[in-house]
Amino acid sequence: MIAGLKDALMETSVYLPIQARIRDIHQMNELTKLFTIDLPAGINLNHRPGQFLQVSIMGVGEAPISISSSPSRTNGSFQMCVRKAGDFTGVMHKLQPGDTLGVRGPFGHGFPYERFRGKDMLFTPGGIGLPPLRSLINQVLDDRSNYGRVIILYGARNPSELLFKEELQEWEEREDVELLVTVDRGDENWKGYVGVITTLFPKIQVYAPNTVSFTCGPQVMYRFVVTELIGMGIREGNIYLDMERRMKCGIGKCGHCQINHEYTCKDGPCFTYAHLKTLEEGL
Amino acid sequence: MTLKIIPKTEISNWIELLNRKYRIIAPAPVQQHFAFKEVKSFSEMDLGYRTTILPPKKALSPQYEELLTFNNLENHTEAVIDDTPTVLFGVHTCDLHAINFLDTVFQRDYTDQHYFSRRKNTVIVSLECLEPCTEYSFCKDMGTYTAPAELDLHMVDIGDAYALNVGSESGEKLLNGIERVHLAADKDEKQLNRVLHNKWPRFTYHLHADITELPGLMGSSYKSPIWEDLGKRCLGCGSCTLVCPTCYCFDMVDEADFAGNSGHRCRVWDSCQLNQFASVAGGHDFRPGQANRQRHRFFRKYKYQSFAPSLLGCVGCGRCSSACLVDITPVDTLNKLFHRRVAAKHTRQEAVAQ
Repeated sequence: MIAGLKDALMETSVYLPIQARIRDIHQMNELTKLFTIDLPAGINLNHRPGQFLQVSIMGVGEAPISISSSPSRTNGSFQMCVRKAGDFTGVMHKLQPGDTLGVRGPFGHGFPYERFRGKDMLFTPGGIGLPPLRSLINQVLDDRSNYGRVIILYGARNPSELLFKEELQEWEEREDVELLVTVDRGDENWKGYVGVITTLFPKIQVYAPNTVSFTCGPQVMYRFVVTELIGMGIREGNIYLDMERRMKCGIGKCGHCQINHEYTCKDGPCFTYAHLKTLEEGL
Repeated sequence: MTLKIIPKTEISNWIELLNRKYRIIAPAPVQQHFAFKEVKSFSEMDLGYRTTILPPKKALSPQYEELLTFNNLENHTEAVIDDTPTVLFGVHTCDLHAINFLDTVFQRDYTDQHYFSRRKNTVIVSLECLEPCTEYSFCKDMGTYTAPAELDLHMVDIGDAYALNVGSESGEKLLNGIERVHLAADKDEKQLNRVLHNKWPRFTYHLHADITELPGLMGSSYKSPIWEDLGKRCLGCGSCTLVCPTCYCFDMVDEADFAGNSGHRCRVWDSCQLNQFASVAGGHDFRPGQANRQRHRFFRKYKYQSFAPSLLGCVGCGRCSSACLVDITPVDTLNKLFHRRVAAKHTRQEAVAQ
């Protein structure tokens, strides 16, 4: 009996994907599409924000992709935001609504969001790092009274690479969300901040002992963001970083995603800085 | 465990009987070397083999393995599970320890059904080594030069017969119908003890550190200049990991027909020494340079994988040393690390004394 997608792993093969159907595809910008995907009837995703799926196109291959919808807005269907970056995502971008995709998972530890009740939540996504954090952001917004401040510092290379623009607009308009957006290079219509994400930090003040931060983006930005966060006084154990590595199996066996002895797929992909700094291959 | 005896003249009959029920995989001569391969009779195998080119793990986790078969036109994908009853015959004890290690790996967190279907349907007949295989073997150091506690059926050459240590029901079952197998008598046990007693001194220690010290030694050697030295010599060919009985990293590749409609998803052995191993789409390599890759390999062998009971990720078979084109060997590397640490300790002590 398969009630959650994960149960399927215990059946005949841990590598056998369940076929799910694409309901909707939304072009977010030149290279990025948002896929809304229906699981077969009766199967739930039961995921946590920060978890990912191994997505299959049989004959092409498999790739780890984060889930960008929140558990609060995921029932039989969920969302994944995919940038065309390699062979697999190139083919995935050619799919149409109605086509099927194989999915296995969800894998990894998500963010332990139950632990953050009453905390001030500071999100610092960079570029394509917004989709995984959007899962947690919406989870928090759907349970808003249980959290303190919600602060989002979002950086992208240029205005056209900003993702989820309608949601950004919504967050902008909400009084209980503090959103600051910056781009590395503006264009003639851009009236917001210009500069890398770290230029946003001096613009906010936080009460550090009660703040938990969440970062996802290109790895090169992590060291700079962590320096800012620590400078603000945020505890190392309250700094969460979502890590990227090559992955093949998703279940801690194939070896590709190791950060020293840890498997990013199984022990991550969300790590605290307190933990990550003990791993030489971490940052 | 019960101890039984099978006369050497009976082995041929035994294999013939086994061949009726099982696929038999055993060491056989291949050019100037030996390899585990499927055999039908005793005459095809050679139990006097030294080591094999590839370890017998390939019978459980093949170099190339179909995991799934798919047909996109029918929207059908299915798992390929191999459950052929198999006897893996004549496995040296280092390789048996390694298989026990792989059992742990493929079971922890998520059970790999493909591996375990083979494993459950495979009975292993292991063989006691009475001499070291090669100059590179350091099985005595790694504690694998004799059989582990968990085994099916273990053979020791005691002259004109083999002593058989029966360790499991499936091992016992292999002996059904072999008339000349009998329980060991007093004289057989004495002969077995004599053989083993004579064996121990033939094996020598190669490592200057004890196996229990290796994880600690690695831990304090992360920044050692030795890795740079290995990195400069290493060609990144991946031979060391491909011949390793405890390496299990893999890649998954789809092989489809010309139209891309049907085919297989396959698992193939991969190597952390190859330059694409840790790189992602977009090109970023999370473990660049051969020095980092060699260090990762050594850490995986001697520190990271201490989850398996009483085992590190190395069984001391020496295959990687034989295969290496530039003579990178664990014994040499570990001893250098050990002596550097001892020297560093002395320097510190002298500094304190002054």
